[in-house]
Parts: sequence; C-alpha cells; structure tokens
Amino acid sequence: MEASRKSGTVIEFSHVSYRLNDIAARVIVSNANLTVARGETLVLLGRSGSGKTTLLRLINRMLSPTSGEVLVEGRPTTQWDPIRLRRRIGYVIQDSGLFPHFSVAENVGLVPKLENWDSKRIAVRVNEMLALVALDPALYANRRPRELSGGQRQRVGVARALAADPPILVMDEPFGALDPVTRAELQGEFRALAKRLDKTIVFVTHDLREAILLASRIVLLQEGQIVATASPEEFLNLHHPEVQAFANSLGESSRASA
Amino acid sequence: MNFWQFVVSHHAEIFSATLDHLLLVLVAMVIASAIAIPCGMFMVNCPALRGIALGIANIFQTIPSLALFGFLIPIPFIGGIGKRTAIVALVLYALLPILRNTYVGLTAIDPAVLEAAEAMGMTSTQILWRVRVPLSVAVILAGIRTATVITIGVATIAAAIGAGGLGSFIFRGVALVNNSLLLAGAIPAALLALLADFLLGRLERRLRVT
Repeated sequence: MEASRKSGTVIEFSHVSYRLNDIAARVIVSNANLTVARGETLVLLGRSGSGKTTLLRLINRMLSPTSGEVLVEGRPTTQWDPIRLRRRIGYVIQDSGLFPHFSVAENVGLVPKLENWDSKRIAVRVNEMLALVALDPALYANRRPRELSGGQRQRVGVARALAADPPILVMDEPFGALDPVTRAELQGEFRALAKRLDKTIVFVTHDLREAILLASRIVLLQEGQIVATASPEEFLNLHHPEVQAFANSLGESSRASA
Repeated sequence: MNFWQFVVSHHAEIFSATLDHLLLVLVAMVIASAIAIPCGMFMVNCPALRGIALGIANIFQTIPSLALFGFLIPIPFIGGIGKRTAIVALVLYALLPILRNTYVGLTAIDPAVLEAAEAMGMTSTQILWRVRVPLSVAVILAGIRTATVITIGVATIAAAIGAGGLGSFIFRGVALVNNSLLLAGAIPAALLALLADFLLGRLERRLRVT
C-alpha cells in the first residue's frame, strides 16, 4: 500500500478479466492491465459493448473481477467493504440517476448525510457544491429534479458525486445525453473543474472529441481488450486500426457539422 | 312495500349492517396489508421467494369466494361460523393485489436511480427505505385500492357463513324473492365500493412522485 502511495497509483487493474455468468460465459473484459495515477483524468474510449462501463463498475465493486485484481488505493476491491469503497468514489452517470423524490439540495447532500455529517455542515457543503457547478443555490436548492433541464440535472449529478469530497471520481458518459451546445458548455466547465479539484478521474466515453478535450491519458478499448494507451496529443498518431476508425469518425462528424 | 318505504322503515338496520360491513373490510384490509407489504419488501432482496409468495397468493385468488368461505368452516381456530372466518377469507383474497403491487412498485424503479443509489454506497436496506419505498407508495396504494374494492364485494358473500354485513340483506332478498331487501344490501355495498375507490384514488394521486 505504501509503495503505491509513493508511486502515486490510485487505481490499478492487474490481469483483470470479467466474464458473464451465463452459459456462453461471454468475455466482457479480458486481461486488462492499467494504472491510474493520482490526479489524472483517464478516459476510457471505445465503441458500445467494448467493456468500458464494465471496467468502471469494477472500480467501485459494482462488479467483481472473474480473475485478476482491481486495486484501489493499494487494496483489492474484493477486500474493501463495498459501502466504504463506494463512499470514496464519486459516481456520475448519463441519466443523472437523481432521486426524483428528493430536492436538489437533498440529492447533493445525500452522501454527507449517509456519512452522518451534521445538518449545518451539509447545508454549507450543498451550497458550495451547487456554486461549484454554476447553479445558484437560492434558485435551485429546493427544486425537484423534474424541474431541471438535462444539463442542469447533470450539473447536480456532478455536485452530488463531489459532495463528500471523494478522492476518486468515475463518470460514465455523463454528457452523452445532452444536446451538442449544452454538452460543449459542460465539457468546457468540467475541464476547468477537473484541473482545479485534483481528483483522480476515470471517464468513459465513445466520443473521441470529448476524450481529447478532457483526458490527460486516453485508453482505447476494443472487444474487452485495451488496445492502445496514449496522451491526447499522441493518440491520433497511433497506427492501430481502431484508432484510425475513431479518427475517421472525427473527420466525418466535423465535415457533417461544417 | 316499495324500495324507498323499506329503506325508511329499516334505515337503522341498514346503517348498522353497513357499519358491520365496513368493519369487516377494514379489519381484513389492515391484516392483509400488514402481511402483504412486508412480504413484498422481503421479496425485493430475496428473489427466490418471489415465485412462491405470488404463487400462493394467486391460488387463493382462483378459489371461488363462496367455496373459500365453505372450506374454512371446518378448519380449527381460524374456521367456524362468524366474522373471524369471514375475515380470514377476505384477507386471503386481498393478499394478491397488494403483494403484487408492492413487489412491482418496489422493483419497477428507474434503473439509473437504483444504480446511483448503489454506487453512492447506500446499503440495500437504505435503498429499500429511502429510495424504493418512497418511490412506490402510490403503486402500493393502488394495490390496496384494488383489494379494497374487491373485498367490499366479496364481503357480501360472507353473510353466507354468518358474518353479517350487507350480504345478509342480499341473501334474505334472494331467498324471499324480495327486490327491496336485495337492493337494500346491494346499493350500499356498491356505494361503499365507489366511495373507497374514489377516496383511495385521490390519495394515490397525491402521493405519486413524478
């Protein structure tokens, strides 16, 4: 554990495979090896079904590896109490997953409340978090999720994930369901936020443009295997065919929008 | 003697039969809810129970009501003639709609919400009480509403085993071929059912989370 602290590794995948427990025993992730350093924004890029969400869910033990180990802060996830582990990992998903029966403030304050913070401290923290994601607490704290736009909901989702100040943040296509304008806004803001917060972030997307914008490192997945790892600057120069496929999609979408 | 004259001259009797009827239904509903709702909650975190519990509740529902009352008479402790046996039968009838709605309500929750709850480190007990239950109250209540309306109807048959209530007018009316007697039982029972449906429906709409 000490060694990993010194080297700055927060998350490590060591020969991780994940197979479905069905008759075909389909392989979703095979022999993944990966380290995520403290403070970096690692983007898992891949097509639908490439196993990127599965990798994410292995980090907070929503899934356990069939073989190999996922180490979080030096300890295998299977040896963590899953509840304690998850409270250290903020989680943001595409459909926000906000609780419809809670106000915005109650949603954001949920994990602090589960952690038994006193209510005054929670209130202060909720306001801080809403301000952080550019939502005026006076205006939004008492609203219900259904009274928010899609972009606002994702902002609340991010605020909720950060509320208890977890060192790790995992995000599963958090901006995937937004319209292009709102998406670009949130991406820009999130990029600034990530720089400022010093969190270790694992971010899943199938959008190469988003990956290049947000990542300090891009990991490309194809059919459950890690096929390439590169910085955003180097990524497009790789010669792997799947990289080229993604690069072509970038060209096409920019032509379409031009 | 026409129907209205009958009502006027027997209003006290009709009123007390209506109260009797309501009491039968109320007691049965409270007991059925107290059994079915916790059962439904238990089924959520223990799916193996699901088929068994719903299956048993289903079987009760398929037994014709008059036959069910008859079957219960010879059973010791819960059987015999009278209100107690009637309540047991009514409870058995009311179980299925409440159990089914409880289970469906607790499980048919936006998967993104459940995923977020789990990923934020809520225990399954916390997820049940803080997420599933508040989000399914309206659906559970809809089950209670269905069960109440059915029970108000079935409870008229309970008069056949001496449980009293509005069914006693109906059975006497059938036996004596007396429409006034028959209607004096049937109309209040129908009104009770409509009223229960209306009131519980309003409550349900107020509790619905959108």
